[in-house]
Amino acid sequence: MTAPTVGALRDVAPSPVVRRRRWRERGLALALLLPSIVAFGTWVYYPFARTIWLGLFRTSPFGNRTTYVGLEQYRDVLTSSDFHNSLWVTLLFTLMTVPVGLALGLGLAVLAHQRLAGIGAYRTIFSSTVATSVAVASLMFIALLSPSVGLINQIIKGMGREPVYFLERPGWALIAIAAVTVWQNLGVTFIVISAGLQSVPDDLYESARLDGAGAWSRFVDITLPLLSPTLLFGFVVLTITSFQTFGQVDLLTNGGPLDATNLIVFSIYTEGFRNFNPGVAAAQAVVLFLIVLALSVVQLKVLERRVFYG
Amino acid sequence: MGEPTVAAPRGRPRRRRRIGQYAVLTLAAVVVLMPVYVTLAFSLQSGASSLDFPSSLLPFPPELGVFREVLDVSNLGRYMLNSTVVAVAITALQVVTSILAGYAFAYLRFPARGAAFVAFLATLMVPGEVTIVANYDTVVSLGWRDSYPGLIIPFAATAMGTFLLRQAFLAVPQDLRDAARLDGYGHWGFMWGVAVPLARPAIAALSVFSFLMAWNQYLWPLLITDVDDLRTVQIGLKTLATTNVDQLNLVFGGTVIASIPIFVLLVLFQKQLVRGLTSGAVKG
Repeated sequence: MTAPTVGALRDVAPSPVVRRRRWRERGLALALLLPSIVAFGTWVYYPFARTIWLGLFRTSPFGNRTTYVGLEQYRDVLTSSDFHNSLWVTLLFTLMTVPVGLALGLGLAVLAHQRLAGIGAYRTIFSSTVATSVAVASLMFIALLSPSVGLINQIIKGMGREPVYFLERPGWALIAIAAVTVWQNLGVTFIVISAGLQSVPDDLYESARLDGAGAWSRFVDITLPLLSPTLLFGFVVLTITSFQTFGQVDLLTNGGPLDATNLIVFSIYTEGFRNFNPGVAAAQAVVLFLIVLALSVVQLKVLERRVFYG
Repeated sequence: MGEPTVAAPRGRPRRRRRIGQYAVLTLAAVVVLMPVYVTLAFSLQSGASSLDFPSSLLPFPPELGVFREVLDVSNLGRYMLNSTVVAVAITALQVVTSILAGYAFAYLRFPARGAAFVAFLATLMVPGEVTIVANYDTVVSLGWRDSYPGLIIPFAATAMGTFLLRQAFLAVPQDLRDAARLDGYGHWGFMWGVAVPLARPAIAALSVFSFLMAWNQYLWPLLITDVDDLRTVQIGLKTLATTNVDQLNLVFGGTVIASIPIFVLLVLFQKQLVRGLTSGAVKG
């Protein structure tokens, strides 16, 4: 008996009052979204499209003549040995920073995940590098790495050896940049992994202990599997961050020596703002975007899995 | 963690184990803090004294003069003021735009709502480094080089903040919404009278996070400021380092001063910061 009534109600056109309310709601929604829409349109969507477009134009070496070259510039960038070097160096940098950073963050998080008096102070110390900017972290590492005053070189000189020019040696420079980065990211990594650890139920450890599981097997059989979504998340975020690295290079090595630290973003910056090749910089930026996009897709998949299991 | 514990240790073994735990924790803390400590120790000795290990790590008597000197010879005070203005403004703008947009996505029905939300989230996939060339042109054509608007306005909106606040608003119980409607609250009154106060933890987390991000920015302020009086503290530190290569204790002193505000912020708002950092990671 009720079914036809419901159907009939649905077919009836909304009353003028309802319709007016609906339009008012749409108007309000537009007004509330407008500031963000304008900001994203001006500073994300428009420049994104323009970057792809700029990649189609070439600027002559001296002067302001800009000519349309189509996809040729993208092809040139993708085949240029300089850009290959930047991609390679960035990949090396990622390999140096991400696994080490995750392992150290995990180690600190496990260390701090104990019920001990004063553990809060240790947690604060382990998360403290979150407060350092890239400039602060880089200058603090000058205090360690500088050939004249750096602590490490003071020790080396104290042993009667020649100081090591960490930032001027092709073999060392990237490692030095990686060390700064690992240290600067340690706070965030620690915080994120600690939060993941806290969501592992304590009674799991209790019952494992009662079953006679040692500390190591508790770590391998309980902590690592339950933490794997957090670790995967951290892995992707750190990888994306490492592809965005710029400040350390600008402050400490200027991309050198011999392009050994010419990471992608530094290369974009150099082409766009020092060599005045906006087209080349834009084409490289598009490549960077595609890499980050691929990593983001992986991240979404990871998050999907987490939601499914969590 | 290394040694397998067979049974629950008692008495002396337990105490020894505890001492071991503290030893490992303290060693880790010393390593993590080493760059900070060395910078502080080096800044506390006069530039003339030669630095030799290990006496260089124990600056005695400490010379506090370097902090006044660095403020005198450099523009550091001005840089810090600029960074404060820029970071506060960006935070305020991001909080407001996120509240407005988050409310719309949580409570209002309008066409293409899902598509609009995806379009917002998609901005997270375009890192600022990708669009610097085009955004630089925009700032130049607006006449915003070397200006506060150029440092602030490009960061007025944030998809992460919108997402955070939408989630917080969705957690407001339906009963409250119905009650508010019966009491004659319109959307505007409900937003500021009920929803925003209830979302305060999310707003606090977003604020701390936004402030930190804004304060720590490097590439963008480097690109769009040339005038020394408009530099933010991060770029100011670069200026300080490149103009005082032979007086590194000044550079280290400046680094210490520049990091104090954020260390204070971390100590005061640790909880909010942790929530902001982990909201994406843990809650998904």
